[in-house]
Amino acid sequence: MDKETYLKPLFKGNPITVLVLGICSSLAVTVQLKGALVMALSVTLVTAFSSLFISLLRNTIPNRVRIIVQLVVVAMFVILIDQALKAFSYDTSKMLSVYIGLIITNCIIMGRIEAFALGNKPWPSFVDGAFNGLGYGMILIIVAFFRELFGSGTLLGYQIIPQSWYIENGGWYANNGLMILPPMALILLGCVVWVHRSIDKELQEQ
Amino acid sequence: MNTNSNTYTIIYTTVLVVVVAAILAIIASVLKPRQTANVELEQMKSIMLAANIGETNGQPDKKADFKKLYDQHITDAYAIDANGNKVAGVDAFHVDLKSQYNAIKNGGELTLPVYKCKLDDGNTVTILPCYGAGLWGAIWGYLSVEEDGETLHGATFAHASETPGLGGEIAEPWFYNQFDGKSLKNSGAFSSIKIVKGGAGSDRNGVDAISGATITSRSLQNTIEQWMNYYKLILGE
Repeated sequence: MDKETYLKPLFKGNPITVLVLGICSSLAVTVQLKGALVMALSVTLVTAFSSLFISLLRNTIPNRVRIIVQLVVVAMFVILIDQALKAFSYDTSKMLSVYIGLIITNCIIMGRIEAFALGNKPWPSFVDGAFNGLGYGMILIIVAFFRELFGSGTLLGYQIIPQSWYIENGGWYANNGLMILPPMALILLGCVVWVHRSIDKELQEQ
Repeated sequence: MNTNSNTYTIIYTTVLVVVVAAILAIIASVLKPRQTANVELEQMKSIMLAANIGETNGQPDKKADFKKLYDQHITDAYAIDANGNKVAGVDAFHVDLKSQYNAIKNGGELTLPVYKCKLDDGNTVTILPCYGAGLWGAIWGYLSVEEDGETLHGATFAHASETPGLGGEIAEPWFYNQFDGKSLKNSGAFSSIKIVKGGAGSDRNGVDAISGATITSRSLQNTIEQWMNYYKLILGE
């Protein structure tokens, strides 16, 4: 296994900024850093273990029903994570509400299983799944960092912008309300793609 | 082995689904007690916040132990029927509000929960739940009414799947704190809270609606009215 397997999903083949997969959830769960972190971890676990399992089963899966088999395995992991969050981190589970369940429909997972896990050995599939999840999570965290900092003045719930700066306390600063609305996530995402493409010249079309 | 034969496909999918179902069933039953405890704690928190307990400047305290507060402040919990009479032998805390909502809508025996809560200043407020349908899913909440039977002491709302930033705002302090000090009576007669588009101003019977969330606002207004129509029978006693 060469370096490409784990470096590519992070940069040159990043699921969000290059493949443009999983956009919906990246707009929805990036209002706060905590939600983005939990989502990133959940998606990484699901992609990694679904890829591992499908790769283990790849020679036994009947070709005609392979998508259904993949869905059953992915759905199992998503439900496990949903149940665990409800039991151990109820607040996060409430904050992410339907988006944990919707990991099933995240194109990254099915995409990696179809494109990689079905044709590769278990260990490389696991690594490929994990790093695609991390590539997705990385973008989520970057977007959530800016949205929480400028939208609420906090990071992970802790106040970062000094209280005395705010207009209501006699200062000059106000939180940017647009930051917490989904359209701003799309604009920020666009900026991330822009920065990514300016740095990596190979991604630019002629 | 021919993995494309019908027999193989049927056996393979059957085994897979049974195994996955078994794993999920085991995990679900192992985690059930913890999940139930979380849901109950959430309910206690809502009830306490409706009475403005565990709040500082209208914001919920992050560190407050709502189970302890609940045990300290709730002095009585019982259920009433459609005529306002107490129903004996009902565990009010565990009444399923959804089934009550269906009974209100379609007719049926009602057991509507009522909580009596002693405040730190010695006054007692009556905390009343409500439950209804929002735009995408269920919405519910609690209102606390002071001893005069008309003044609202506080309120809190929650929702299953309203749009974040729009209908979801009903669960935010800025929205539910508006209910503090409003009145359930208008010149002596019962009048439920109106959720007014464009601002309620100084109206004692109304609060500001959420812009962009007309349907959620209207549903909440109807829900409160539906439930208060029964609770008005016992208020002020």
